[in-house]
Amino acid sequence: MRSPRVAALLALSLTSALVLSACGGGGGGTTGDAQGAPTISVFGTEPENALLPGNTRETGGSKILDALWSGLVDYNQQGEPENKVAESIESTDSQNWTIRIKDGWTFHDGTPVTAKSFVDAWNYVALKTNAQSSSEFFSNVAGFDQVNPDEGEPTAQAMSGLQVVDDRTFTVALTAPSPVFVNTLGDVAFYPMPESFFADPAAFEANPVGNGPFRYESRVPDQNVTVTRYAEWGGEQPVGVGGVEFRFYADSEAAYQDVVSGNLDFLETIPGSFLIDNLYQQDLADRNGNQPYAGINTMTFPIYDQRYADPQLRQAISMAVDRESIINNVYNGLVQPATGFIPEGVPGKVDDQCGELCTFSPERAKQQFDASGFTGPIELISNVDSAINREWMQAACVSISNTLGVPCNFVPVPTFSEFLDQRRAENLTGIFRSGWVASTPTMDYVLRPQYTTGAANNNSGYTNPRFDALVNQGSTAATAEEAYALWAEAERVLIQDMPAVAINDQSAQFGWSPRLQNVEMTYGRELDLETVTVQE
Amino acid sequence: MGRYVLRRLLQLVPVFLGTTFLIYFMVWALPGDPLAGKCGDQACPPAFIERMREEYGLDRSIFVQYATYLGNLVRGDFGENFRGQEVSTLIANAYPVTIKLAVVALVIQAIIGLTAGVLTGLRPGGFLDNVVLTATLFLVAVPVFVTGYVLQSVLGLRLGLIPPTVPADPGFLDLVVPGYVLGSLSLAYVARLTRTSIAENLRADYVRTATAKGLTRRRVVGVHLTRNSAIPVITFLGADFGTLMGGAIVTEGIFNIRGIGGLIFGSIQRLDGVVVTGVVVLLVIVYLLANLVVDVTYALLDPRIRLD
Repeated sequence: MRSPRVAALLALSLTSALVLSACGGGGGGTTGDAQGAPTISVFGTEPENALLPGNTRETGGSKILDALWSGLVDYNQQGEPENKVAESIESTDSQNWTIRIKDGWTFHDGTPVTAKSFVDAWNYVALKTNAQSSSEFFSNVAGFDQVNPDEGEPTAQAMSGLQVVDDRTFTVALTAPSPVFVNTLGDVAFYPMPESFFADPAAFEANPVGNGPFRYESRVPDQNVTVTRYAEWGGEQPVGVGGVEFRFYADSEAAYQDVVSGNLDFLETIPGSFLIDNLYQQDLADRNGNQPYAGINTMTFPIYDQRYADPQLRQAISMAVDRESIINNVYNGLVQPATGFIPEGVPGKVDDQCGELCTFSPERAKQQFDASGFTGPIELISNVDSAINREWMQAACVSISNTLGVPCNFVPVPTFSEFLDQRRAENLTGIFRSGWVASTPTMDYVLRPQYTTGAANNNSGYTNPRFDALVNQGSTAATAEEAYALWAEAERVLIQDMPAVAINDQSAQFGWSPRLQNVEMTYGRELDLETVTVQE
Repeated sequence: MGRYVLRRLLQLVPVFLGTTFLIYFMVWALPGDPLAGKCGDQACPPAFIERMREEYGLDRSIFVQYATYLGNLVRGDFGENFRGQEVSTLIANAYPVTIKLAVVALVIQAIIGLTAGVLTGLRPGGFLDNVVLTATLFLVAVPVFVTGYVLQSVLGLRLGLIPPTVPADPGFLDLVVPGYVLGSLSLAYVARLTRTSIAENLRADYVRTATAKGLTRRRVVGVHLTRNSAIPVITFLGADFGTLMGGAIVTEGIFNIRGIGGLIFGSIQRLDGVVVTGVVVLLVIVYLLANLVVDVTYALLDPRIRLD
């Protein structure tokens, strides 16, 4: 090499040539099904369990199950049930129900969906020895205590409350009237199962067979699950896409980059760093959306800790949080402040029950706080390995310490599993992050699991017999209107006791590639695969 | 040399046992509940938790758990992680991707680094030398994730030259940009190492003798000088290959490469000791073998070195 400059330029061009040659890389995969309709790719996370409806309670798995199965009812965007496989669900007393299913629904292996498919599936999930995570969803069916007693082994293999009448009809007898029974039937726990499942559950896990618009095709662990359109789906209209690839990403920011470039077709949660200044709306012009869904962010008091025993103190802290400021600074104004303990979108919710107690009222907060005599710093605790927990809790901390004049510290917990451990051990020394998504759109589903005495998700130790009584009365009321009124009353009790501070209702920010048309979100915050179409 | 190689291979066994137990124990000792994410944010029913604990042996002591694991391992059964996935499948899917990425990164850093090092070593203080020194300083100073995000944004989104992420079963061409990102730091080291080595050896006696004998410059540099100067570089490349095989968590996350790095990181977060130990087992073997190859290559490169 005579001239070093030539050498330098050569090295530079060699490098750039190597880089440019990389543009031969494959794209998002546009293979189609037999009819040639295209496949779309959707962001997903690896399911935590095998793909079984009775044993799936997290979003990674339920997203895929919702494509593979269709249930008795579906929820529309207002959270109201609409018949899907069911033709009619009727009762004269809200306690004994007769469910009739439509004709013409088949599983992916060709066998028909019958009443027995539902009854056998529900009995399987409820039975204690099967150890399914959704077993508690059947706790109000007559005979549940025999198949799933609190102590000891089951004394029956099937619930006496479920009876098959004929191929298309079965009856459900509940232990008490439930005015919103129909609203609960859209959960994955209630999906039907084919005979092949009961014959060999282990083999079924490798190849799940449902009755939904898509059939299971293949799966690479930690990478993706692919499903293709099921031609004989019993739904009203044929689906517009030929197949779906649920692609799993280690980091949702990489997924965001893929959606922007069109490499990924749909992402239902835009990562926090791209919400700032509404950057995602610029990157994804004309292909983004912001939709509220029935979830709520809260932070819960450790009522088992005597320092937080006074409801006046808890109310004070709730009034010391400037929700508007948090929403503007952390969420960029994309969500709404909570006005009660029931998220917006759950049928029967009464607006603005909380009133002043959930708005920023610094004078009253300071007054009540001083009166309560609380000393020492306030701690806010959360895991910091996901979403924007750290940001909003730190903002809340600042708001509290400025208003009440007491130091507030944010205590981060590195991982979610550690946080769950600490929460379960009930030895947290501060207010901890919490939240709830009303995946079943009933007020009962929001109030009961979190706030009734001894409930599984009651992490605060809160107990109020009057509240319990009101929730139970609502759940066994004769009509839905009565139930709503009783639950609203229960919510008012909760607001006075303030076991948690309601911060904001959740919203989903989502984006899609230029290929997709008719993009809508389901009630469950997923892409509505039944209506979306692809334009090449 | 045969005895040397055999002795090194035997040393593998205690290292293997020690590291696997240490890793298994450390993941087990991490705080948190491995069954945490099974039911989303809600509490799991007690029967479900019971069954999971029994299935995964979580109610037994750590030593029993490790002994069972080791017993299965020597029979080739890597076990299952907490999601019910076969660990051997996970490793078999992730390893080829990581190997490809490591090879690409190694090739890029070797070619560019050695070329730059040789050229600048022959003419220290020249224009090219200053360019390379500044460029390598810059590469060392910039963190990997900055390089990664910038290249992904500029080349992937703004210019549209490459897709922002790597597809599921990548070919070597797909991995060039991630390989460059991964190798950028080591590239700088290789360049400077080669430069120093060449500059030193230029003054060596055998170079003077070879020139005096009348050999062409090209032969002196290409055959004699480079071979001897490559010794420290080969050491570095061997060690670096071992590190690259260990997975590049950050780069893999940015480009969504489903390799070992992401697998280990995710498994540590989920407290999947079985996966982490399984991967470490293979890594330890690969790393020790890579070092063995490096040591043997010494003897080939430099006849003065004796293996004993």
